[in-house]
Amino acid sequence: MTFVDDSLLTETPEGPALLGSRCTNCSAHTFPRQAGCPRCTGSAMEDVPLARTGRLWTWTVQGFRPKPPYTGTETHEPYGVGYVELADQLLVESRLTESDPDRLRIGLPMELVIRSFRDDDGGGGPTRTFAFAPVTGADR
Amino acid sequence: MTGVAIVGAGMHRFGRTEGVSGRAQAVHAARAALADAGLTFQDMQFGFGGSHSAGDADTLVSELGLTGLPFINVANGCATGGSALISAQAAIASGAHDVGIVIGFDKHPRGAFDTDPADHGIGSWYGETGLMVTTQFFGMKIQRYLHEHDIDPAVLATIAEKAFRNGARNPMAWRRTALGAEEIAAAPMISHPLTQYMYCSPGEGAVALVLCRDDLARTYTDRPVFLRGAAFRSRRYGSFEVFSPWVALDRAASPTVEASRAVFEAAGVAPSDVDLAQVQDTESGAELMHMAETGLCSDGEQADLIRAGATEIDGRLPINTDGGCLANGEPIGASGLRQVHENVLQLRGDAGARQVPGAPQVGFTHVYGAPGISACTVLTR
Repeated sequence: MTFVDDSLLTETPEGPALLGSRCTNCSAHTFPRQAGCPRCTGSAMEDVPLARTGRLWTWTVQGFRPKPPYTGTETHEPYGVGYVELADQLLVESRLTESDPDRLRIGLPMELVIRSFRDDDGGGGPTRTFAFAPVTGADR
Repeated sequence: MTGVAIVGAGMHRFGRTEGVSGRAQAVHAARAALADAGLTFQDMQFGFGGSHSAGDADTLVSELGLTGLPFINVANGCATGGSALISAQAAIASGAHDVGIVIGFDKHPRGAFDTDPADHGIGSWYGETGLMVTTQFFGMKIQRYLHEHDIDPAVLATIAEKAFRNGARNPMAWRRTALGAEEIAAAPMISHPLTQYMYCSPGEGAVALVLCRDDLARTYTDRPVFLRGAAFRSRRYGSFEVFSPWVALDRAASPTVEASRAVFEAAGVAPSDVDLAQVQDTESGAELMHMAETGLCSDGEQADLIRAGATEIDGRLPINTDGGCLANGEPIGASGLRQVHENVLQLRGDAGARQVPGAPQVGFTHVYGAPGISACTVLTR
């Protein structure tokens, strides 16, 4: 199954991780990778895998099917969206595997997963993207 | 430094006007503003204007008059009107020109905005996977804000209820039917915790303003309104903004905070001096958060103020007296100038059924938009 943009990911011994940049001058992180540092305005960035776990910083649920350029499955199921705080790195925006407001809360432990967001209705074949899922059995 | 006065204000009604292009609405607004000032397009020494999706403002001269004036297009999303005003203020204060016009207009298709990530320097994956959606950002920002300041989400419906009540008193507004808080809260959820009636919709409309040197103002009108300050700011490292695949761990104040501070300083007034304010209410949570970001109140204080009626037209701090974006919709290029137009009417005492009582002296406006920008103005009588 294809991934939406291979440049977003890297492999680590623990599994796939998001690939970001880290400024070698001021340690600011970005995602995706970029060549310039938004904090110190320098341009000495190095690739760095981002943490695979973090905590939910904020969240919402996408209630309607977005217009193009969204290419997700035609039959809309509301999906969660949030920012996950990756310690000492950054807050990353992501789809969430959970879309029930009663099961989402700020501070919830989350982990990176790879999920399909588009089935093969469009003829292009199923496509996957990254998402964050509540850590199973985590203390709520 | 030379001061700047607003001596003419004109508008094409907001909402949906089938068969009338955005450019035609802009021409309508421009002619209304010129008539209000008792001037013609021939008298205009400069023009600044813009729209997001209804054409180039500088082409309006083919209808308004081919007078050879410098007409400069501005494009700053929701701050397009603010940027046009700032440019006009500089053109007059510098001594380069005495009198000119600013025009903001737009006409968007129905439904939520569909923005191309490439225009924002973001990969196509962001749009394809369903993250390039402005409504999500506002849902997530208010979710975090309510959590941090322990605010009851019920206030979100109360804010929208006020917007539609004010819109019902405004003949230029799009949504002119009052809606109850219960109906607003029970509407379909767009982006938790915000329902359909808590969001504004992309729409149509146009506004034009004629500005001049303050010492000339009384030759055109006996009731000039003075532009005491106009400021624009972009985002800092660490502020939480729309269309951000990532946000820094460091927290920084939003561009609203910085633009507001700058404009109050330029105007020489304090937020406590403000008699009425128009703040960006893309959705009702935005009004709540922007009340504090602009300095009009402190974080967490909003719910008590709103419940006590302080932000109503007859309250201590009337906010979005014309119904705001919720009742007027959001034609991006026109929205910021709509706020200024409303404050001009209010400061003149011309706001009719929605007039703020007590002869207000100081009006404040604020817009916020992608990609993390804010523009604010202070007007006085």
